[in-house]
Amino acid sequence: MTVPILEMKDIGKSFPGVVALDHANLDVRPGEVHLLLGENGAGKSTLIKILSGAYTRDSGSILLEGREADLSTPQAAQEQGIAVIYQEFNLVPWLSAAENIFLGREFSTSWFKPHVNRRKAEMEAWKILKRLSADINPRAAIADLGVAQQQMVEVAKALSMNARIIVMDEPTAALTGKECDTLFSTILDLKSRGVAIIYISHRLEEFHRVGDRATVMRDGKTIKTLDLADVDVEELVRLMVGRSLKDKFPKVPATLGDEALRVENLSRGNKVKNASFSIREGEVAGLYGLVGAGRTELARALFRADAPDSGKVYLSGKEATLNRPRDSIRAGLGFLTEDRKGQGLVMPLGVDENVTLASLDQFSRPGFLSRAKQARSARQFVGRMRIKTPSLSQEVKNLSGGNQQKVVLAKWLSSDAKVFLFDEPTRGIDVGAKIEVYQLMNELTRQGKGILLISSELPEILGMSDRILVMCRGELVADLPASEADQETLLLLAAGGGKTIVQ
Amino acid sequence: MSSDYADDAVDKALERSDFFKRARGSLGPLIALILICAVMAFLSKSFLTAGNWLNILQQVSMVSIIAAGMTFVILMGGIDLSVGSIVAFTGLITAALMKYYNIDPWQAVALGIASGAFLGFLNGIMVAYMALPPFIATLGMMSIARGGAFTITNGDTIFSLPDPFLIISERIGRIPIPAIIMLITFLVCGYVLNFTRLGRYTYAIGGNETASLLSGINVMRCKTAIFTISGLCCAISAMLLTSRLDSATPVAAEGIELDAIAAVVIGGTSMMGGEGRISGTIIGVLIMGVVNNGMNLLFIPQGPQKIVKGAIIVIAVMVDIIRKSRQGNN
Repeated sequence: MTVPILEMKDIGKSFPGVVALDHANLDVRPGEVHLLLGENGAGKSTLIKILSGAYTRDSGSILLEGREADLSTPQAAQEQGIAVIYQEFNLVPWLSAAENIFLGREFSTSWFKPHVNRRKAEMEAWKILKRLSADINPRAAIADLGVAQQQMVEVAKALSMNARIIVMDEPTAALTGKECDTLFSTILDLKSRGVAIIYISHRLEEFHRVGDRATVMRDGKTIKTLDLADVDVEELVRLMVGRSLKDKFPKVPATLGDEALRVENLSRGNKVKNASFSIREGEVAGLYGLVGAGRTELARALFRADAPDSGKVYLSGKEATLNRPRDSIRAGLGFLTEDRKGQGLVMPLGVDENVTLASLDQFSRPGFLSRAKQARSARQFVGRMRIKTPSLSQEVKNLSGGNQQKVVLAKWLSSDAKVFLFDEPTRGIDVGAKIEVYQLMNELTRQGKGILLISSELPEILGMSDRILVMCRGELVADLPASEADQETLLLLAAGGGKTIVQ
Repeated sequence: MSSDYADDAVDKALERSDFFKRARGSLGPLIALILICAVMAFLSKSFLTAGNWLNILQQVSMVSIIAAGMTFVILMGGIDLSVGSIVAFTGLITAALMKYYNIDPWQAVALGIASGAFLGFLNGIMVAYMALPPFIATLGMMSIARGGAFTITNGDTIFSLPDPFLIISERIGRIPIPAIIMLITFLVCGYVLNFTRLGRYTYAIGGNETASLLSGINVMRCKTAIFTISGLCCAISAMLLTSRLDSATPVAAEGIELDAIAAVVIGGTSMMGGEGRISGTIIGVLIMGVVNNGMNLLFIPQGPQKIVKGAIIVIAVMVDIIRKSRQGNN
């Protein structure tokens, strides 16, 4: 057997409130494409960030070609020949392609060392880009390049470092079919030079096309490493999901009422194309799609966080004129954003202030806030939702992820909305807190509220929805009862592989 | 492939990316400057004379050198509020060394400039290594340096400095020496920003700090160096001011940080960092200087002058934002 170029052994890493990695193992051979698979939150990104020196591990060891390696900083990792192409590219928008490729490793002139040799960098960048058959002007500013071109710049940057191991985090997420082909031939070329590639992807159809071996992760653990020749996609998906869905998703079948929300021909740019759907009272409609499919964009346009190009919204059968988020809240919509830190909570404010932020009208007489009323309401929610906080005035930034999420939920519950848009409501919170969030959803549907559940986690979608919508590249490609859906169908639809099913 | 072939092809490819694309940021301010000059020339006969222009250069020299340093800081995504106080502090130190300790003027100048660079260095340490927001760190330094200046002389002004020191503000022929020093400062700053690692990293940190860190750039050292440059520029400016006034006072250069920031912003540099050019700052300084000068020639009182200056800042940034949102939509 060949000596692995990389061995990560028993890697452990915790964040406040979450164990991200628990004895994770990974071994990679030179010249192979090693798939790293798992659901969102399985720990793939954390593992990669430890490899690249962006995070330090709590425990475990990393061997490069059999020797213990120091990967404590990004610089150290780079010097060892490890390059990472992150999903959100790490490029400087106002610098040129050449400047980005050699950022931190500029060429000097012979006569004065601090002087940057721009011409040489542009020459070298041109050669590397040429080798990648990428038609990119080394002098073009990154901000003026398309996504696929930016990715090529990232690949060129990795090559320029003589990387032995290149990590690609969902490299095809933002690429078109043709651009993917180019990327795959680049990957073949890299393999033939002995470069090992760790490839993270959710697209089933790519697994056997690019991969040699795969390691499957789940809940921070590495479950199994296998040869792709010996395994089919169904088996991989089963390993990724791995658990019985019933225990984790305490779904109570709801009694459906009248139509609560209807959306007709909602469009925004090329992110959301002509989306039409409806949600009934007491119904959970799951919205599934791959990263970049336009789910969040749909919710934002529906809520008027972004202005849509077109589209009508009916609430309880009546057309609603929505221009701003304020109108949407008044009309009875609640939007739980995907990024709770950035868009859901005001971190330096207390639990009570956050809970009441979307419904201050209830707590104020003209011009004055009633602190007492506010506290009473907040205390109710803290008790009802079992939010663990030392006091009502505790700043939410000091709470754990799960409790923060409950505060955001409480905020929307207290706003008395009729239809809730939940964008990734359980992202980054532990299993116990997830179940509590699901129970809250049950309570809401019992009260006759409608829920649009946006999630990248298939089991969550399957476990909690009554009906499932699937989005692919801005279009709603499926609308089917949860009972008729399974993982493979949904993944296939989301990847653009299935034919459209709209009932 | 032969390297000659590569050379040719690269040259060809590079020809396509033209000069104007790179310079587009400072094109707007330049047009504005030309328009303002045209209006002034129309309103006042003496505006276009060489004498008046040399005056303008003399008048803007002090703030422009501070603005040159400020350009680094803002490009890096920071702000430096302490510049005015550093000017006062270094001016007083230099004057005190000459007057009270009878130190040779040129040595005093060297020590004064070193002290300004040191205060900037301290700003950098606070921002880079103690992770203080630049606004707070330099707000603190603003008060500390000002207080230090008051303490040196108990609030008194130092008058009548030695003759050799006054040479700094004289003229060679008709050309004011401060204007020459300003020109040299901008050439050096332009060189550093455009042709050295430090300059490249200034843009990189301002454009995407995470990417810079992950690319192995020593971000903390760069930030320290950038604030040191700002302090150094303040000190140079302090020498011009002290020499011109033939005195040093602890209340010198109060509020000059706002003029410097305004000049940088009018010149098209983004307050978010990462985008902008030093040539824009020159233009920004000149716009402010020309407007000042023009309004003085027209005998417009101080009040309206301030209103006009404020309006220029707001309009300049507004135009910039509109231009960018258009670009973003395309």
